[in-house]
Amino acid sequence: MPLLPALRSAILLFIFSIFFIGQASAAPVADETEFKQLLNGFTQKSFAAKANTAQQVATSGHPKAKQVLEAMAESRLYFRKSDQLVVFADKDGRSYVLTDIFSNETLGTFSRREVSKVKTNNSLRAKLGKMVAEIELKHPDASVRLAAVEAMIPKLKEDDADLFGSLIKEEQDESVKKALQFGIYIGYLDSSKKERVLNAIEALDGELEPIVRNKLTSLANNSDDKDIKKAAKKSLKGIESKISIFSNLETIYFGISLGSILILAAIGLAITFGVMGVINMAHGELIMLGAYTTYLIQQAMPNHTTASIFLAIPAAFCVSGMVGIAIERGVIRFLYGRPLETLLATFGISLILQQLVRTVISPQNRTVETPAFMSGSIDINPIFALTYNRLYIISFCILVFIALFFILKRTRLGLQVRAVSQNRSMAKAMGVRSDWVDAMTFGLGSGVAGIAGVALSQITNVGPNMGQSYIIDSFMVVVFGGVGNLWGTLVAGLSLGVANKVLEPMAGAVLAKIMVLVFIILFIQKRPRGLFPQKGRAAEA
Amino acid sequence: MLDKALMNDRLIFDKKTQSFLAILTAVALLVSLLNTFVPEGHILHCSTFTVTLLGKYLCYALLAVSVDLVWGYLGILSLGHGAFFALGGYAMGMYLMRQIGDRGVYGDPLLPDFMVFLNWKELPWFWHGFDMFWFASLMVILVPGLLAFVFGWMAFRSRVTGVYLSIITQALTYALQQAFFRNEMGFGGNNGLTDFKEIMGFDLQSDATRLGLFLCTALALGLGYMACRYIVCSKLGRVAVAVRDAESRTRFIGYRVDKVKLWIFTFSAILAGIAGALYVPQVGIINPGEFNPINSIEIVIWVAVGGRATLYGAVVGAILINYAKSTFTGWLPDAWLFALGGIFVFVTLYLPKGVTGFLNRKQEQLA
Repeated sequence: MPLLPALRSAILLFIFSIFFIGQASAAPVADETEFKQLLNGFTQKSFAAKANTAQQVATSGHPKAKQVLEAMAESRLYFRKSDQLVVFADKDGRSYVLTDIFSNETLGTFSRREVSKVKTNNSLRAKLGKMVAEIELKHPDASVRLAAVEAMIPKLKEDDADLFGSLIKEEQDESVKKALQFGIYIGYLDSSKKERVLNAIEALDGELEPIVRNKLTSLANNSDDKDIKKAAKKSLKGIESKISIFSNLETIYFGISLGSILILAAIGLAITFGVMGVINMAHGELIMLGAYTTYLIQQAMPNHTTASIFLAIPAAFCVSGMVGIAIERGVIRFLYGRPLETLLATFGISLILQQLVRTVISPQNRTVETPAFMSGSIDINPIFALTYNRLYIISFCILVFIALFFILKRTRLGLQVRAVSQNRSMAKAMGVRSDWVDAMTFGLGSGVAGIAGVALSQITNVGPNMGQSYIIDSFMVVVFGGVGNLWGTLVAGLSLGVANKVLEPMAGAVLAKIMVLVFIILFIQKRPRGLFPQKGRAAEA
Repeated sequence: MLDKALMNDRLIFDKKTQSFLAILTAVALLVSLLNTFVPEGHILHCSTFTVTLLGKYLCYALLAVSVDLVWGYLGILSLGHGAFFALGGYAMGMYLMRQIGDRGVYGDPLLPDFMVFLNWKELPWFWHGFDMFWFASLMVILVPGLLAFVFGWMAFRSRVTGVYLSIITQALTYALQQAFFRNEMGFGGNNGLTDFKEIMGFDLQSDATRLGLFLCTALALGLGYMACRYIVCSKLGRVAVAVRDAESRTRFIGYRVDKVKLWIFTFSAILAGIAGALYVPQVGIINPGEFNPINSIEIVIWVAVGGRATLYGAVVGAILINYAKSTFTGWLPDAWLFALGGIFVFVTLYLPKGVTGFLNRKQEQLA
């Protein structure tokens, strides 16, 4: 019968599986009862016996072992007098709430007389601490081991280092190994043996962790040994110089990110002011409109923070661009050739826009949520990290810059914009519709301001006054860089950002800002047309 | 495009000036009479509050005249006159502060309250001398004048013009505001200077002092107006108008454009400083908010509303706008910024010569 062997194997499989399932579920039960018996050892009076029991618990490998030992060290481990059951207990007034170790269920409230504490003394508690650490240090999961090692490092003693030394021989994981080695040297720094200390100082040379610096500083100041003092001082010097390099790098990074913000805020202005010679005091408010667009879109789709930001970029471009075109068509167009009047009229518009936002939305500041992918940082070393939000702002700024550059240099609109800005009447004679070009240029510049608003909403609060805080900085960037030149804006924005951040630690934020402003005022005296002045006939227009 | 009125009328005391001075004198006299001799509660009584309010308007008017001098006649759109005004105000404020003496909250005979609060032990060097009125008055003139001179000397020599100059003056104002916000500067930081008690021995709260300050302001406005009128009608004023209308051409003819600009700019800054000095004892406080760049732009709009290059237009504009502001903010606080913004746009688009220019044209059409 062909069926028979198949049937037979199926039955066999069935029996086997029952056997194995039984085995698999039986193992922890056996372990649990064994563990329970082990716990009963804590009901003994002698500290030595308790220490012995604790040691056994620690090496049992049971998942509850760590919790039990920790509870014991914190004097939370009790046993019930009636049945000698070892439990966790929390004091509640004059009575105790007992919790079962295994099921985590509350066993009820008991009076002081019904329970008894598993008493400990100092030496036992010290041993317990070590046992708990060891449980984690020998945990099968490498990430738990690593966390345990790192948690121990700040309070490391020399004998811990010896413990690490025995662990490192069996360790397989590279990162845990590295942490252990680091811990060993940290422990050796406290050693009474001169050889060990000197070795450790040498091995830790150039490490940037704050603990190394602290220990070396105390060695350099307090050590009795001349050689140790000398070595520590030398090593410290190396570390300090490394730290100062990295803190300079960090300043530059902050400066570049501030510069990117300035560029984003100013680049729209560079187009309207630079290319068209029109001063738009409402530029800051166009930024503000972009930021409010972001806020409103986020309010409309509260559960999709990331998507709302990406949706806000084109939306803000459109909103601010439309408002910009309306301003150009409605007001500025009648004022060409009268730049000072344009300044006043656009200032009036900025007042109206601010008040509009105050009346329609709220005079209070609003916060826009930052999407998850923008938080966090890339840690290069313990003292230098590149935060993602700054990194994204910088890359966003580069993208916007490239896009604008492309539009101005490679598209038909860009060609016409440049033609009109160089010689309006000649461009007209060649058939360029100069008023259409004006409107489009203004729309483009305003739209970019809106995009800048999206970026700004990620780093500051969104409020009716936010535009004003950027308008003067933006003007400075454009004036400093030179009119009609995107590269000028780029260079000016970055250098002003970096200068601001470099001066800040020396002089304080406000004074740094004043110094930068005064510098620009002086700079304009020397080079009235900015870093990259327009040359040729257009310059005198 | 020379001003027709200027060509036809070389008299300092032309018709408009005569009527301006007449109105100013009449208002000053009337207000004093109504304040002093008409009993309180009477319908014609002019309360001390009104006197101070009028005094404030006249300070603004003097400030507007100073801006009109540089903008209307010289073509420099200064967004920094608010700063000169505030500097003059601070100089006067320092004098008033020293006058408090030991009557402050902390009762220190030498140090103003905020310095005691900041735990300062000594008076900073730049506060010395401000206990004397003549010294403070000198500083009211010297500080804004010197700043304008140095700034103008650098800016005009390197031919920073037009919009660039406006932006730079705004940056200057902004920088000053930031600086005065700092406690370390020694000017009371955020809170500024306040709690004044008396000026030259007269109690600042008394009605007589208030009236006196109002009359001083009216006098200062009259004198400042006449000084501007004198400049405008002099040869310097003619060159200034030429600079406004055709800077390069004036330079090519052989005039030192930078010097013309520098002197008028400096004089105008001094006028603004005096206006600020008169303003502070009447409102009783000076703080860094006065440096706000927006204030400086607002002054320009007063002039624009009144009518540029007329001087009396500046006075009319300043009083008109500030009166509107007082009424509006009491009545519809939210609407004021809409109205002000609207005025900016409307005046630049439809009233390039301001209200007085509009009225003059109507008059000519009728005649």
